[in-house]
Amino acid sequence: MKERVRIAAGQGFWGDLPDAPVRQVHGGQIDYLMLDYLAEVTMSIMQKQKARDPKAGYARDFVSLMKEILPTCIARDVKVIANAGGVNVPGCAAAVRDVAVELGLSDKVLIGIVTGDDILDRIDELLARGIELRSLDTGEPLAVVRNRIQSANAYLGAAPIVEALNQGANVVITGRATDTGLTLGPLIHEFGWAADDWDRLAAGTIAGHIIECGAQCSGGNCQYDWENIPDLADVGFPIAEASPDGTFVITKHEGTGGCVNVPSVKEQLLYEMGDPHEYITPDCVADFTTIHLADDGSNRVRVFGITGRPATASLKVSISYSSGFKAVGTLVYAWPDAYKKAQAADRILRARLDRLGLKFEHVLTEFVGANATHGLLAGEPSADLAEVQLRVGVRANDRAAVERFTKEIAPLILTGPPSVTGFAGGRPKVEEIVAYWPALIPKSEITSEVSLLAS
Amino acid sequence: MKVRLTKLAHARSGDKGDTANVGVIALRDDFYPLLVREVTAARVKEHFRGICKGDVERFELPNLGALNFLLHESLGGGGTLSLMTDAQGKTFSTALLRMEIEISDEEAARLGLN
Repeated sequence: MKERVRIAAGQGFWGDLPDAPVRQVHGGQIDYLMLDYLAEVTMSIMQKQKARDPKAGYARDFVSLMKEILPTCIARDVKVIANAGGVNVPGCAAAVRDVAVELGLSDKVLIGIVTGDDILDRIDELLARGIELRSLDTGEPLAVVRNRIQSANAYLGAAPIVEALNQGANVVITGRATDTGLTLGPLIHEFGWAADDWDRLAAGTIAGHIIECGAQCSGGNCQYDWENIPDLADVGFPIAEASPDGTFVITKHEGTGGCVNVPSVKEQLLYEMGDPHEYITPDCVADFTTIHLADDGSNRVRVFGITGRPATASLKVSISYSSGFKAVGTLVYAWPDAYKKAQAADRILRARLDRLGLKFEHVLTEFVGANATHGLLAGEPSADLAEVQLRVGVRANDRAAVERFTKEIAPLILTGPPSVTGFAGGRPKVEEIVAYWPALIPKSEITSEVSLLAS
Repeated sequence: MKVRLTKLAHARSGDKGDTANVGVIALRDDFYPLLVREVTAARVKEHFRGICKGDVERFELPNLGALNFLLHESLGGGGTLSLMTDAQGKTFSTALLRMEIEISDEEAARLGLN
């Protein structure tokens, strides 16, 4: 058994710094590269891509990334774990296999494919059997939006990733898997942690939580002493250096920018936190009130003391459904009285929308530069503000109403208050809203499947 | 005397649906009891008037010297439904740090805040 396993995070979301994973692989010795590609509504985008092209439906960036890093990964024995498969895990795996063949690495690459998360085709059958998939947000049964569903995936945990690694895979591709499972999986595989070793499973889960948002734990978006965080242009992405006893150190490669210190790790621990006593994953329930942190030298934070409890009998399901349309229009008003002018323009716009008889579910006006982020807490805007951006958003089920709204913004330039600009981008775009429906499903309903694809 | 939370804490915020979470972390261990005493769920609810339309829940993490707040019904529907600039509540962190709390001169002196 290894004494220490180094897991490096390469992407905090689909669209994060493209060269971050490359630098993680080249910047020093690591054992695993962990890549999280799937945000909550990413799956619906991928379903649409797959509907147009049956070969699509996964994170294509991952394939070009693999082309760049696979030779080094093989040379240095770095295994890759990614939820890049989206709604077409086999397609993604086949594309990576083609890359391996092209690079002449056919005999060195074994791809583990994890499926079973996609339940889009099973929705009717599940509903018919009384599994209502009620929204965790509103309590409504899924039947309410049945005909508008675009994707439905259960969050798989670490177990199938462990299975793929145990079978010898050195690249593991999943669809919807928890971010934390991508880190916990390799640790269970390496250290042989038992399925009911709740404290260690919780520790691996929390290691995953700390590094899953990439540089957000190593100096990015860090409030603590932000002005003195060095060289964010060259920010080092985080690495979890784990030990068999469940303790671990968060660090980053030597010579990179950013910082890993107790405050930066604390900030990430609190990110998107619910009840800290129960952080629920498919693998365990982790207790954040047991986490202890200590400085362990330059850019090293030791994490220890973590306890966990048995996993629940459910898996979370992420469902996306179409929910109308929205558009946002903006204009910029300049000094003097920039705020008053923007307010006047908003009144004129709303009067015109009323006169047109357009029905919206929601119309929101914000004054960027005055109070868009902090509302009343920002206080009364000064008359001396250099400029204020008027930002008006509308949402409706009726696309035509939203379309009409987009034609009412530019005319304000010639028909509203003076010293206005900022319309170079043309009319606002109408955007289809794909909303998110979180629900729970009994674990017994979901069977993950693991297969291997040799080159 | 009044002390702004920017002097006592740092923070990070995020979202879960229409709920924003704000984690407030004491800058020093001896500031934490002050945060526990003064930054109550009720005060945070009042602080975010006009923004938070639901309940505010508070959780204590003495191990991290931190408090976690859940601000329900605060993000205009949340996720992709929201029309807000800050649909993910990412700036709620500093919004909370605008809060001022009242402490005695004696306590301020003891903590080196005056």
